[in-house]
Amino acid sequence: MYWDREYETMSREQLRILQLERLKLTIERVYRNVPFYRQRFIEAGIKPSSIRTLEDLRRLPFTTKQDLRDNYPFGLFAVPMSDVVRVHASSGTTGKPTVVGYTQNDINTWAELIARSLTCAGATRFDVVQNAYGYGLFTGGLGLHFGVERLGATVVPVSGGNTRRQLMLMQDFGTTILTCTPSYALYMAEEGQKMGLDFKKLPLKAGIFGAEPWSERMRQQLEEKLDLMALDIYGLSEIMGPGVAMECAAKQGMHIWEDHFIPEIIDPATGEVLPPGEQGELVITTITKEAFPLIRYRTRDITRIDPEPCSCGRTHVRIKRITGRSDDMLIIRGVNVFPSQVESVLLEFGETEPHYLLVVDRKENLDSLEIWVEVAEHMFSDTVRKLEDLEYRLRERIESVLGISARVKLVEPNTIPRSEGKAKRVVDRRQI
Amino acid sequence: MKVKQISIFLENKSGRLAQVTRVLGDNGINIRALAIADTTDFGILRLIVNDPDRAYRVLREAGFTVSATDVIAVEVLDEPGGLAGVLAVLQEANLNIEYLYAFLQKASKAALVVFRVEQLDQAIAALQAKGIRILSGEEVYAL
Repeated sequence: MYWDREYETMSREQLRILQLERLKLTIERVYRNVPFYRQRFIEAGIKPSSIRTLEDLRRLPFTTKQDLRDNYPFGLFAVPMSDVVRVHASSGTTGKPTVVGYTQNDINTWAELIARSLTCAGATRFDVVQNAYGYGLFTGGLGLHFGVERLGATVVPVSGGNTRRQLMLMQDFGTTILTCTPSYALYMAEEGQKMGLDFKKLPLKAGIFGAEPWSERMRQQLEEKLDLMALDIYGLSEIMGPGVAMECAAKQGMHIWEDHFIPEIIDPATGEVLPPGEQGELVITTITKEAFPLIRYRTRDITRIDPEPCSCGRTHVRIKRITGRSDDMLIIRGVNVFPSQVESVLLEFGETEPHYLLVVDRKENLDSLEIWVEVAEHMFSDTVRKLEDLEYRLRERIESVLGISARVKLVEPNTIPRSEGKAKRVVDRRQI
Repeated sequence: MKVKQISIFLENKSGRLAQVTRVLGDNGINIRALAIADTTDFGILRLIVNDPDRAYRVLREAGFTVSATDVIAVEVLDEPGGLAGVLAVLQEANLNIEYLYAFLQKASKAALVVFRVEQLDQAIAALQAKGIRILSGEEVYAL
């Protein structure tokens, strides 16, 4: 079952022709409309007319998260703001978020790709989709939402959290498809069990789980506990949001929608494009986006591309599970977190050389974040009240910058391990 | 009339207090009074010692977060209502006590209590006006 048979099963040859055509248009557009790209291309000695084959893509410079930050908030938009109908944002590396924009056509494309992705999971207009991704600046909630409507299924825009209500609605509305982070799905499963809920009696048939890395072990648990088919979905706000790639029922990796995105795998250290099938950093070029096209964006996600034909009949290559990152970004409860964001808060508090540690753990399928901060002399006060007040203010500020709750723990100097002069910033105890 | 108190930030984990006292002992520093204020995560150890400047230095060198705070050492009659009398004076003067704790040893017949209030000078004046004795730093360090 396909949503868009023509494009999803297009021959590789046709797909390459389409990609080249769309790539050329994108390059021309960004050269014309985005000073940042024009400058970069000129520096690299490339004109839009230099792009004659798909292989020429390799000659173009990469775009990084730092470039997005340098052009905050709208500097990389390729259309006037009057054509931008929506913005979303995700964590930046410091206090400022990464902002992305969409034209009406971009929103339509996104909805189409989500409809495709839902169809991969067997969804039709007869389904009830409980969308427990967060709504708001985060792309998860609204991204899925419009795709479910496009498909013609019923969307329950419950957003994240309030597990009891989730479980009640799941039963009362007859949810057939659940969309959320895999860890939250497991948490719901266990809360449901505690309440004596028998998931085998519910009409749930598929779960579309993403926004954080997970494993085959978790798939097994999710399928057993929730009695559904658990599928992986991939996306990042910079590129679009969820629905950049989606697993089909074959469960052999996620089809990346190549009529809209060109994936490459590079060696993160050298930037060299790696031979097909090798593991490295995923780089994506968008070839249909209007408001926020990205050329060779370094996702920092580590994976490999499986170019083999898939039993489902879709011709688009598959990316394998994301196994890690080529930077220090963490994904906590589906939210991107950079240690440097915490550092920026500590600098605001007058720390000149902050010593801190992010301790991430997963208890009962819920991620927890604890931030250890060494108490420097100028922060230290003789009264408990003032220290507790410091903890409280740090927590408030960190939570507002990260967008997730965290616990701040004041620790003694020199308790955070320093290796080779460079402090270790993260201890991740989660077993995924 | 003020006494210098040394405060040390301690995490709530075993062996930290022992470590502080070892550092002081190794440096020949004697503890006159101590108190710990704690929360679930951390504590503040407050010390009156015979040589606060040296204590401050050696603890800092040993890697602790240390601060020095001025407090007053007040002689309190060692009899029922002794402390209540002192507290009444401070209350009348509308002076808020942040914390207080007792010395390990007595000065003559009276007990010695450390007071930390925000307005130290006003507290000293109020207590002295009522004839309550406040020990000087030198007297305390030499106990």
